[in-house]
Amino acid sequence: MSTEQERPFLQVEGLTKRYGDSVVFDSVNFGIRQGEFVCIVGHSGCGKTTILNVLAGLESASEGHVFMDGREVAGPSLERGVVFQGHALMPWLTVRANIAFAVRSKWPGWSKAQVDEHVQKYVAMVGLVAAIDKKPSQLSGGMKQRVGIARAFAIQPRMLLLDEPFGALDALTRGTIQDELLRICAETHQTVFMITHDVDEAILLADRILLMSNGPQARVAEVVRNTMARNRERATLHHDPQYYRIRNHLVDFLVARSKELSHGRAPAQPAEVSPGLDPEPQPAPHNVPLRRIA
Amino acid sequence: MAASLNLRAALLSLVILLGLLAVWHVATLAPAPAVAAAPAAVLTPEQIEYAKLMGKDPAASTAAPAAKSGFPTLAQMGTVIAKNLASPFYDNGPNDKGVGLQLAYSLGRVGLGYGIAALVAIPLGFVIGMSPLVYRALDPYIQVLKPISPLAWMPLALYTIKDSSISGIFVIFICSVWPMLINTAFGVASVRREWLNVAKTLEVTPLRRAFEVILPAAAPTILTGMRISMGIAWLVIVAAEMLVGGTGIGYFVWNEWNNLSLPNVIFAILVIGVVGMLLDLAFARLQKAVTYVD
Repeated sequence: MSTEQERPFLQVEGLTKRYGDSVVFDSVNFGIRQGEFVCIVGHSGCGKTTILNVLAGLESASEGHVFMDGREVAGPSLERGVVFQGHALMPWLTVRANIAFAVRSKWPGWSKAQVDEHVQKYVAMVGLVAAIDKKPSQLSGGMKQRVGIARAFAIQPRMLLLDEPFGALDALTRGTIQDELLRICAETHQTVFMITHDVDEAILLADRILLMSNGPQARVAEVVRNTMARNRERATLHHDPQYYRIRNHLVDFLVARSKELSHGRAPAQPAEVSPGLDPEPQPAPHNVPLRRIA
Repeated sequence: MAASLNLRAALLSLVILLGLLAVWHVATLAPAPAVAAAPAAVLTPEQIEYAKLMGKDPAASTAAPAAKSGFPTLAQMGTVIAKNLASPFYDNGPNDKGVGLQLAYSLGRVGLGYGIAALVAIPLGFVIGMSPLVYRALDPYIQVLKPISPLAWMPLALYTIKDSSISGIFVIFICSVWPMLINTAFGVASVRREWLNVAKTLEVTPLRRAFEVILPAAAPTILTGMRISMGIAWLVIVAAEMLVGGTGIGYFVWNEWNNLSLPNVIFAILVIGVVGMLLDLAFARLQKAVTYVD
């Protein structure tokens, strides 16, 4: 247990991404413990998706390293499942075939019956048994995203990466799928890294929330511990006094501090805070140094 | 509603057909015998004598002008069609073969030339589509070679191959290769990034990626190219066979022109049209089978 504390399951060290002269983010440092659900929140353009793609192995960083379970992440791997923003289902395949495609990739030696049994289990998990032989075009947006989640879980990855999976869904559907995701993660003890723009979503789902400052030279500026118990529920969440303290902290950050901390003014090693339980942090200094013209 | 529209369309088609046939009938109507007989009546006995000496029969010429006008009447056309359809596969030597046999020769050439073109164009298109380097390197060649009329290759083909039949096949090859090549390259190059990313994160082997992701994703575009190619090949085969001679539906048309048998020429034109339509329909079916709704 103590070693786990010292060296998290996923460790990101000094990650930097540059396009020519412009630095999108630099010195991004954070860790994720096994079985932990971590959300990253920040404004558009701060490089959240790039960080996720680096974790997935789809993009490479200009500098820095990512270690998973002590080994460096050097490319895509079946150990990390990805749920893409636009569901990314193959439209010529049925739900069954889409998930089977992933299952056969993970276990190439499996028989047809084995694959199908596994597929059905995960389709049932997201409650889409009735739609298993439909094509994605016949499904609603929420159903498609559920198939994407089922596909990612079906390969039983050691870590799950979700790129703003509910961004395009209406509030009602979003709530239902959030509950489902929460339930599945609790059952499977999945380690999750998720991008979101929705503060409430982050508070509901995440054990810790990474706050990213604005680009250029964005950084993970602060880590917010979710001090509410893990059996959070959407219906009762907002009755907990902690809820508003955390929420206000996140909103304050997004509205004001994220901008003040752009251009690399955020600390390279983010502090971990527990809003409402910590002594209030010092207000940001007024004499912000003059902005360098990048 | 749709049924009634189809019915009305069919009815209108029938009316147009009847109208065309009526125009044909009126245009080829035999001139009144009374008018035709008049010139013979005014001939003096000496003139009749002279005509007979010259090997002409003035009495016969008065009765026959309608039959000798060349363009067939509907009834003549009908008998020619019936005769050709009754025995399409007879073979009375090089210049007298049934239309079915000639059609088989043409279809064989198109099939062979087109088949080889597909075998070359689709794999090459894959390579071009996947590699921007190859795409740029080959683009100037494709742009120059594409607009060349396939028949312009004929003398070169005849000189180098020294076989008229194979030259015909080569011409079909060269005209059907471009649309397939370009469409395959375009289809492969524009496969959505997210589907390729899914394949990457699932560590899919290159062969599986090509056949299970890129091929089905690009199939509608490839099939469109194949359909265009088949249309062009069927246009070109007639002209090529007119040049090369020997066998085939194009040669049949040319041979019947030399025989001054317009009914047979008209019949061949109709056959070319119907076969071309059937080929196109077959590809339309295939295209529908691989098209997916996104």
